[in-house]
Amino acid sequence: MIESTTMENNTLTLSDVSLGVIGSVKTPAKVRQRVKRLYRQIRTENVFKKTLVLMGLIMIVLVIGILLTLIVESLPSIKALGVKYLWGRTWDPVQDIYGAYPFLLGTLLTSFLALAISVPFSIAIAIFLGEYFPKGWMPDFLKNTVELIAAVPSVIYGFWGLAVLVPIVRSFEIKIGVDPFGVGIFSSSLILAVMIIPYAASLGRSVIQMVPSALKEAAYSLGATRWEVIKHVIIPYTKSGLFAGILLSLGRALGETMAVTMVIGNTSIIPKSIFAPGNTMASVIANEFTEADKPVYLSALIELGLVLFLVTVVINMIGRRVISRFTNE
Amino acid sequence: MESTIVKSVDYNAYFGDNHVVKNVNIEIPRNHVIAVMGPSGCGKTTFLRGINRMHELIPNATAKGQILLNNEDVMQMHPIFVRLKIGMVFQRPNPFPNLSIYDNVIAGYKLNGVKLPKAEKDQIVEESLTRVALWKEVKDSLMKKGTFLSGGQQQRLCIARAVAMQPEVLLFDEPTSALDPISTSTVEELFHELKKNYTLIIVTHNMQQAARVSDKTAFFYMGELVEYDETKKMFTNPKDNRTQNYITGRFS
Amino acid sequence: MNSAVKYRIGKSKAFQWLTTTLAFACILPLFAILFFIIKAGITKINWHFLVNVPKPVGETGGGIANALLGTFIIIVVAALIAIPIGILCGVYLSENKKSKLAYWSRMCVDILQGVPSIVVGIVAYFWLVKPLGGFSALSGSVALAIMMLPIVIRSTEETLKLLPDSLKEAAFALGMPFHRVILKVIIPCGISGILSGVMLSVARVAGETAPLLFTAFGNPYLSANVTKPMQSLPLLIFNYATSPYNDWHDLAWGASLILLVFVLVLNISTKLITKRWKVQL
Repeated sequence: MIESTTMENNTLTLSDVSLGVIGSVKTPAKVRQRVKRLYRQIRTENVFKKTLVLMGLIMIVLVIGILLTLIVESLPSIKALGVKYLWGRTWDPVQDIYGAYPFLLGTLLTSFLALAISVPFSIAIAIFLGEYFPKGWMPDFLKNTVELIAAVPSVIYGFWGLAVLVPIVRSFEIKIGVDPFGVGIFSSSLILAVMIIPYAASLGRSVIQMVPSALKEAAYSLGATRWEVIKHVIIPYTKSGLFAGILLSLGRALGETMAVTMVIGNTSIIPKSIFAPGNTMASVIANEFTEADKPVYLSALIELGLVLFLVTVVINMIGRRVISRFTNE
Repeated sequence: MESTIVKSVDYNAYFGDNHVVKNVNIEIPRNHVIAVMGPSGCGKTTFLRGINRMHELIPNATAKGQILLNNEDVMQMHPIFVRLKIGMVFQRPNPFPNLSIYDNVIAGYKLNGVKLPKAEKDQIVEESLTRVALWKEVKDSLMKKGTFLSGGQQQRLCIARAVAMQPEVLLFDEPTSALDPISTSTVEELFHELKKNYTLIIVTHNMQQAARVSDKTAFFYMGELVEYDETKKMFTNPKDNRTQNYITGRFS
Repeated sequence: MNSAVKYRIGKSKAFQWLTTTLAFACILPLFAILFFIIKAGITKINWHFLVNVPKPVGETGGGIANALLGTFIIIVVAALIAIPIGILCGVYLSENKKSKLAYWSRMCVDILQGVPSIVVGIVAYFWLVKPLGGFSALSGSVALAIMMLPIVIRSTEETLKLLPDSLKEAAFALGMPFHRVILKVIIPCGISGILSGVMLSVARVAGETAPLLFTAFGNPYLSANVTKPMQSLPLLIFNYATSPYNDWHDLAWGASLILLVFVLVLNISTKLITKRWKVQL
């Protein structure tokens, strides 16, 4: 690569000769033009390369910036409330009492319940597309439809949930004799479950397709049925990949805001049962951020954001680590 | 008096519309080693995989005709039954990577959901590994995963795994083509021992191997069974021109 | 032996049936949502709906013109920010597989992809809303741009990694400088993958509400001023759907249908376009 060089005042230098300029051009003026153009190109090249590096740097700065902003804006709350904030059981900003436990509980309940509901479906899709029917118009249709599930905006899931699912849950709650709120942890978990199906399904399908056919054939030749091949060969081989897919779904569930906000009932007390209303970290931020009139109030909400950020980042990183180890084995 | 254990009657195999095995009629006598050879693409592997119903695992693969095992038509049985009586060893050693050597040998039983008392399992493992001359080499590392074994040892482990199911016939699909010369000769020595208890059908494209190990040889060309005779006779005095050309190396 | 094998075969078939049922059951909620929104929304959409702004509570009529315009402006500005940075960063990452900086940069892209949208909204609030003294469409665009970046970067990097080195070498051998090789040869060859990344990122943020809650904030009037609050389709849907007024619910249904159709059409056309424009190597 030609490094940038300086140009002596219009006289040709040794480096110009080495550019092979001399042989092919007739007049000194034309030669000077050509050399000027070449130097300009070299300078542009360098600017361009530096720009690329800058872009890479921007991403790092962005992430550090996000982390710092969250930490700095949480400081008032951390200073005033300490660590006890995280397991405080009461959230009453009017009386200046702040406790995050109801939201931690709400987040964990909705996310894990959603995961428990969605995982069998995700794995079923992964096995169906990865093993039973990898090719054909019908599996293509299923694959595209599952991807569209992930494309629907969460506010639309929330609106539909509010208008259609909540009344159904309400009548169900009447039947089984609990308070018929309709909204609550249970309804949010249902909607969330639908939303996160595609994540574990798509990763699961990829890893299942990677199982070497030599292993499957060995099992078949020993007289195994298809289910036995799945249970004894495919699942053990893809265990870590499936786990990573489930982590990805979990990460998505933890950070989901809008659909949950619209269906969870927005009650900042510890829910007494799955059918009671509650709040998640994301939904309480969404609802109360613009109304937080005291610095500690706002800062307490930001601290929730910080916790959310750290947890989702860690889960995603673990998931990706597992995937890269799986694909490199 | 040799009795026939496997007999194919007008067996044909297809990949979609592609007719790859054409009207094969062959009788394989008990406790013999049969070599199946021919140039690439002649249908020998497809025919072999048809015997234990592995051919139909490939999408769009179909077959017609009969394959009789002890006079029972294999094509009419459920594949699982067939594979319990006819075992297979593949070109590349494929032990299950997540199982120990011990578990690999009895993998067939576990896959089939058969629960055996430990004493019986131990006996099967020891017997199978002894039959493939691996017992002394691995008896102290039975619980380790098989990936530290050499290629030849891994292949013998796969043979032990097939033998543990007590089949009547063993199919080999180019079993030594991925092995070094020493491992190859170890495996070839096994064939002489194994044929005392089983019937072996070995697909190979190595003519010298066919000459070394087999009693009878079948020569396939372009999907047809061209010649089938005692190995000595076929190699010294082949009846068909095509066999002659293959043996003398005109095409391979 | 026979009955044991029959049981195993039966179990295998039953499992296949169960898997198939569960797999296809997943498309039921999607179609339920689609049908319901079409049914609820289609009657609300007409010319008035598209060109009027919402009327105050109590008056009938009104439309979502402000949200339509707002969504358009916010997304365009976000794309103007995210696309150049995203593509160039993707180029950087695909050209520098081994450098330390690239390693950390790539990790940050992965981290960014997992950041919850509400957190992005919080951060954009402190970066742009507080210092500038008010909500603005620009701050909303920045928040959306932050969410678009990982998608654009990822797909650019993956696309370019698949291009063979011989392509670059041929261009260099012709005497082309580096920036021309990238801009005139590499990027055009990978345009289908890059374009699909761009389209997918737009489809993703078009439906995002959380990052706009405290940035663009919403605006009941028609506005094209990026330094002032602006309405957007998802924001409108959220606010009006959770309100107690039926008129506003109607507006939300119509808006939902438009948003849903827009997002789905974008996703489907992305798949079709990438197939058509794929450069055969």
